[in-house]
Amino acid sequence: MTDENPQPMLQLLAPDGTYGVPSEYAEYGEIISNLSEFELTRLYRDMARMRRFDTEATALQRQGQLGLWVPAVGQEAAQIGSGHAVARNDHIFPSYREHGVAITHGVELMSILKLMRGVNHGGWNPEETRFHQYAIVLGSQVLHAVGYAMGIKLDGKIGSDDPENDLAVISYFGDGATAEGDVSESLLFAAINDAPIVFFIQNNQWAISSNVSDQTRVPLYKRGVGFGVEGMQVDGNDVLACYAATKIHMDNARAGKGPFLIEAMTYRIGAHTTSDDPTKYRDEAEVESWRAKDPIARFEVFLRRQGVGDDFFEEVIGAGDELAADIRAQTFALTTPGLENIFDHVYTDPHPEIDRQKAWLLAYEKQMGAHE
Amino acid sequence: MSSYQDMPIAKALNAGIHAAMADDEKVLMFGQDVAQLGGVFRVTEGLLKDFGPSRIFNSPIAESGIVGTAIGLAMRGYRPVTEIQFDGFVFPAFNQITSQLAKLTSRSEGFLKMPVVIRIPYGGGIGAVEHHSESPEAYFAHTAGLRVITPSNSNDAYWMIQQAIKSNDPVVVFEPKRRYWQKGPVNLDTPPMSMHSARVLREGNQVTLLSYGPMVPTAIQAAELAAQEGIELEVIDLRSLSPIDYPTILASVQKTGRAIIAAEAPTNLSISAEVAARIQENAFYHLEAPIIRVGSFDTPYPPAKLEEAYLPDADRILEAVDRVLAY
Repeated sequence: MTDENPQPMLQLLAPDGTYGVPSEYAEYGEIISNLSEFELTRLYRDMARMRRFDTEATALQRQGQLGLWVPAVGQEAAQIGSGHAVARNDHIFPSYREHGVAITHGVELMSILKLMRGVNHGGWNPEETRFHQYAIVLGSQVLHAVGYAMGIKLDGKIGSDDPENDLAVISYFGDGATAEGDVSESLLFAAINDAPIVFFIQNNQWAISSNVSDQTRVPLYKRGVGFGVEGMQVDGNDVLACYAATKIHMDNARAGKGPFLIEAMTYRIGAHTTSDDPTKYRDEAEVESWRAKDPIARFEVFLRRQGVGDDFFEEVIGAGDELAADIRAQTFALTTPGLENIFDHVYTDPHPEIDRQKAWLLAYEKQMGAHE
Repeated sequence: MSSYQDMPIAKALNAGIHAAMADDEKVLMFGQDVAQLGGVFRVTEGLLKDFGPSRIFNSPIAESGIVGTAIGLAMRGYRPVTEIQFDGFVFPAFNQITSQLAKLTSRSEGFLKMPVVIRIPYGGGIGAVEHHSESPEAYFAHTAGLRVITPSNSNDAYWMIQQAIKSNDPVVVFEPKRRYWQKGPVNLDTPPMSMHSARVLREGNQVTLLSYGPMVPTAIQAAELAAQEGIELEVIDLRSLSPIDYPTILASVQKTGRAIIAAEAPTNLSISAEVAARIQENAFYHLEAPIIRVGSFDTPYPPAKLEEAYLPDADRILEAVDRVLAY
């Protein structure tokens, strides 16, 4: 991959925890200067929560409680940093690894575990949290996000300077999904409609076993330029860079300045899913080099330098243990859904054929004495 | 007193979309070349003048993008009506239609409604180049979560497009392309039956002739020719391909004991095949003869100079009538 005329990657927090604002990115530093201690510690709290959730979910899968788990270890900064920069009323269109973004918007975490257990296909109410359904066909959700953003613009919900009125959309996808035609079409539709949307690419370097170098010849932050969507690259393991970049560009989108693309450079420390074996396609040395850039460890160094003490970090560990015990208990308590769930909600309006088939199955099961 | 107006099917669709857009400001119309040009078949002609560029606009030539953004707009509370320019151009949107649009309501356990209409001019008989004459309706009728309808006359075109736009579920509307200019009376005051009801167009007691879309006028023609020989066909327009109105079909077959299904699509695994299966499953003891599908062949749609022989016509239907009456 070649990058002619590269723009420097936005990094505010070096892997060793040193904070510094490059002169060309002064406005991003200003965003961070305005964060309260509560907001800063919340970033840490939620990154730790995301990792604990992930570790526990992996264990639950190994114990046969989940059909599948999709780990996101290593991507905490990209997800928690960007997620907290998305305003409460903005809409989020995730792919299927955005458990951290879900945490930032109060999504009931059991919803995700139910999906992975096979209780349902998602089933959360996107109007409640603004966090839309997980999308498993790569890139499909990005077009929905653009359509939603076109609707916001038609509604006149941008550029009024009224934070209660204005809205924007963020769509998450990975380096692998950028190859999908839907992502290219999304960039085009967003550009020609000046849609209020931020495209947030988590470049975790691997699309199952394909390295990003096999997916593109030009850095992904430049993918939108030919369509008319400017972009930037941020250190995806730097929670402050991810927060600042997302905040500024979501604000811009809400102000009516059109779409923007952020490429967050991060790494998938774990497997693609619990069904994957990454030792077959990548070196342990590469994984180790990324462990050294861990997003949580570097932010802990930063917070301690800010004067945050042991009490806080111990409390976070305690909260993690509580979360793990809680989701474990709730997962064990999950029941098999009723057979009517196969049929309910296939259509919104009544449908005689579905009703007939549902009645048939329920009568058949009753007659056979199933589930007894 | 109802007021009637004679208009071609294309104009009736236009008037129906116009009425829906006037009735509900959340109704949007978009697709390739639909704005200034009014679509390649002029079905959306004049809408731009009356509703302006925020309600009807051209889309880039990207069918997946058209349907994918329609889904997002529906999530935002709009009721998008999209036009796919020709039947053979729908496949770039196949994932968005079958894996997204059709499944989002069930994926979200009913939180998301998907009132999206996809209009597709379909079928052959217009002497076109490849990809402009296909009948892909079975793919969509096979997909749970979609509704599929196909009007065959002006009155149905006017009302069924409005019923589709009012539906809270996604509706694929297959428009009988070669009949766009066929004129017929439209009752502007009284809606007909549900868009999912079949209609008996001509009563008869010897053979039930089921048909839909562009083949319906051919079926009527066959019935008129048969009548000259004293054979009475009962002609039914299915109108809806998903769900299919089986009670109307079965009532007729129980009366006649014989059924023929005529459609333009290749017969293999077609709507016709499914209707035949359901008739034998539910009216077996009423049948006097095998059910026959009259359709086109399991080949790609041929070059235009060969389409006359490829598409079923009244004679092919009558040949099938002779066969079922031989039992």
